[in-house]
Amino acid sequence: MRKTLALVLAALLPCAAAAAEVGAVQADKSRIAFVSRQMGVPVDGEFRKFTVQLSFDPAKPEAGRAQIDIDMASIDAGSAEANEEVVGKNWFHVKQFPKASFVSTSVKPLGGGKFEVAGKLTIRDKTRDVQAPFAMTAQGANVQFDGSFIIKRADFGIGQGVWADFDTVANDVQIKFKVVAGAKK
Amino acid sequence: MALASRAIGYTRTAIALHWVVALGIFGAFSLGLYMHELPLSPTKLKLYSYHKWAGVTIFLLMLARLAWRATHPAPPLPGHMPRWQRLAAHSIHHLLYLLILAIPLTGWLMSSAKGFQTVWFGVLPLPDLLDKNKELGETLAEVHEALNFGMAALVIAHVGAAVKHHLVDRDDVLARMLPFLNRAAQ
Ligand code: HEM
Ligand code: HEM
Repeated sequence: MRKTLALVLAALLPCAAAAAEVGAVQADKSRIAFVSRQMGVPVDGEFRKFTVQLSFDPAKPEAGRAQIDIDMASIDAGSAEANEEVVGKNWFHVKQFPKASFVSTSVKPLGGGKFEVAGKLTIRDKTRDVQAPFAMTAQGANVQFDGSFIIKRADFGIGQGVWADFDTVANDVQIKFKVVAGAKK
Repeated sequence: MALASRAIGYTRTAIALHWVVALGIFGAFSLGLYMHELPLSPTKLKLYSYHKWAGVTIFLLMLARLAWRATHPAPPLPGHMPRWQRLAAHSIHHLLYLLILAIPLTGWLMSSAKGFQTVWFGVLPLPDLLDKNKELGETLAEVHEALNFGMAALVIAHVGAAVKHHLVDRDDVLARMLPFLNRAAQ
């Protein structure tokens, strides 16, 4: 649905034809993952459902824009037990805050196929400015954006009550994203 | 008699290793049962880590114990024991050795399969020999549990036999592993 919308929008935009703008995002190949640290041990997790809207032209990175919406109920925090726990009040309180989102505010080139996107990340009822460096690479007929950044879970009120201490679950959580989009000429 | 049995008794190192490992196993076993029943909480995460650290430590002590055993033979069993008892004693000892190695190994593999790496004392990461695989992780948890209950049954038989040697046969089998009993036994 969103994909078709993006395609239609891209086709309607007159300037899109001229630029080497990337095409539609391929949700099934894209991935939003995170690494938490429990008792000093990295534990992998991911969000299985999310949508990405992207407009990006490596020749004009400053004009790039991205919005990512994450369905928080689709979280996989590494085990069945953890999944039950993290949708609850102390963590993501998914009933009340079903979505998290990232909306870019600027993109700047770092050189060598690398860029940095800045934007606003909203989780629960907290919005914070974040910056994430990312790389763009060609993958056959597609382009792939890979990046990661660290958030402090306490900044977003993730992990309250008995979990507020950082001695079992660390404050730093690494967010990793891989977005695959069609390469469009 | 006392001299002879002492000369062919267990070395102090063998005795120390036997009891340190036995205490470790009682601890890791009880902790395993307890932590498994807890609802998810920071305490549970901590206890799981402690259990894994203790288990790995026991495994290493056990390797030391086996190396010691290979170079320092155990004293022979008392002559009055019938063949079946000797056989039972040796089989149980061998099975116990096997289980004390197999239990931590399955614990380690289980943790890898469940996607929770083992980092010994939070410092030394053990390699993950298995990739994350939920079903395999659950199977290994069941194997870990079954081996544990198997070991518990053997330990009960083992302790029962030791006590029987001491109280019924009135030989020095328990005393040679528990030297402070020596005087009482004579
Ligand atoms: C001699 C050493 C060990 C003993 C005696 C032992 C004993 C136990 C026992 C009795 C349980 C509870 C089983 C149940 O009720 O389901 C358990 C669970 C567990 N053990 Fe061990 N264990 C040992 C070593 C290890 C090691 C080295 C690791 C990992 C590196 C480990 C990881 C685990 C885990 C993760 C569980 C929980 C399984 C679950 O939640 O389903 N264990 N252990
Ligand atoms: C987790 C608990 C235990 C394990 C895994 C264990 C294991 C073993 C093993 C493998 C041996 C054979 C040593 C050898 O000759 O190579 C042994 C010997 C012995 N154990 Fe244990 N043991 C445990 C607890 C106990 C307890 C609680 C007692 C006492 C009540 C005990 C009493 C003895 C005695 C007396 C011997 C010497 C047998 C002999 O002289 O041949 N053990 N144990």
